[in-house]
Amino acid sequence: MDLLTPDIGLLFWQIIIFGALFFILSKFAWKPITQSLKERETNIQSALDLAEKTRQEMALLKADNEKLLAEARSERESILRGAKEAADRLVADAQQKAQVEANRILEQARESMQNERQALVTSMKKEVVTLSLDIAEKVLRRELADQSAQEKLVQDLVANSRLN
Amino acid sequence: MMRRLFNRFFVVTSLFLSSFGLATAQEHTLDGQETHQEQKEKFNVGEMIMHHIRDDRGWEFAHGVTLPLPVILYTADRGLEVFSSSHLNHGEVYNNYKSEHGHLYRVNEAGEPLKDVKVYDFSITKNVASLMLSAILLILIFRSVASGYAKNKGKAPKGLQSFLEPIVMFVRDEIAKPNLGPQYEKYLPYLLTLFFFILINNLLGLLPGGANLTGNIAVTLVLAVITFFVVNLNGNKHYWAHLVKPTGVPVALLPIMIPVEIVGVFMKPFSLMVRLFANITAGHIIILSLISLIFIANNLGGSATGWGISLIVAPFTIFMNLIELLVAFLQAFIFTLLTSMYIGSAIEDHHEADHGIGYEGPEAH
Repeated sequence: MDLLTPDIGLLFWQIIIFGALFFILSKFAWKPITQSLKERETNIQSALDLAEKTRQEMALLKADNEKLLAEARSERESILRGAKEAADRLVADAQQKAQVEANRILEQARESMQNERQALVTSMKKEVVTLSLDIAEKVLRRELADQSAQEKLVQDLVANSRLN
Repeated sequence: MMRRLFNRFFVVTSLFLSSFGLATAQEHTLDGQETHQEQKEKFNVGEMIMHHIRDDRGWEFAHGVTLPLPVILYTADRGLEVFSSSHLNHGEVYNNYKSEHGHLYRVNEAGEPLKDVKVYDFSITKNVASLMLSAILLILIFRSVASGYAKNKGKAPKGLQSFLEPIVMFVRDEIAKPNLGPQYEKYLPYLLTLFFFILINNLLGLLPGGANLTGNIAVTLVLAVITFFVVNLNGNKHYWAHLVKPTGVPVALLPIMIPVEIVGVFMKPFSLMVRLFANITAGHIIILSLISLIFIANNLGGSATGWGISLIVAPFTIFMNLIELLVAFLQAFIFTLLTSMYIGSAIEDHHEADHGIGYEGPEAH
């Protein structure tokens, strides 16, 4: 058991025990440990990858959503604009129609008034004629003697009656 | 040769350390044979340190508290023999066997050693017992860790599992992956076993009464030889080609370089063996020497001096123990790292093992 001469007994036991230790630990310890470590690392890696992928998908989704929202907004605007135009057009149409109707009514009224006046004038003329005949009858009856005066009177009457 | 050199170095060191003890022992020679004997036994620092860093037949936890361990012997004539180490205490003869400085001899009836009987000693010594203990501890610890992975599947690690997981991942990510490349999984079990085996035995060795297992040349030899085989049995054609035809070396230098490369193949595991052994043993020697200072002072100037010196020595010892704790991790790391680097250099696919000093020109890189 000198310091520098290896003992055969210790050599023997060291080979046996270290060898056994190597096989036992390799089979029952290092294999499950390194496998679990590797498994866990791949799990962590895949989880990280998944998170990154999800993040990208989320970003994509968000962009999509924004696009959709913008589309909806523009569509709403176009619908609103269309509706407003339609309403405006409707109002304008109605106004135009009303105008036309009013004009038509006015025209009709004017026409009927014209007719009325014509009728009135005609009846007035008849009246005047009757009146004149009456007057002439009376004048004739009273001043039949004076021929010139009679004529003059008739002429004046006729001229005056034309003023209407 | 090497052994003699180291022994001489050790003798010089222990002589230096024990010179105080010897000097005082000589002073006391006049006081009588009994005192002289007692003093010498008490203060032989070299002996004390050697006793602590060497293997032993029994496991001495404290002075006088020894756990006897089985002695297993094989001799050609008697076959296998098993008996308790307590029968061999203090040089006693049992079954015609006698233990002297750790070596077992067959002795005859008169007590003279029979040198021609070869005794193969497979005893469960203190180191072997510690080795078994560490193996059982490792299996228990990592079984529990492995079951933690089954139990906490898909959850965060808990308890022992979360304590050891970073170390396992350190070995995998910092030692195995960078040096071995994509083939690291094949060698990872060996590297992990190596790392935790060295680490737990370094730490057990630091405990009071612990065995100096990783500071034992037999243990580091086996580890280094396994690494040697793993490296050379897995070496690809580039590795072997590099050995006989180093890239970028002028032809004139090949007669020098080829032997250097071949020596390097054996030098790498040899350096692994010596590095671990010397680091751990040296650490133990330093701590034991520091503690010995207290007893030397006690012997020189009485118990008051001993107490005084211990106040100075204690912080140093604590400091050294902390350094040793660091060394325990460091040496486990270095042994594993170098092993993976050697394997990596043997299995790497590309041909640029000359680390950019070759003549391939700038366009090659």
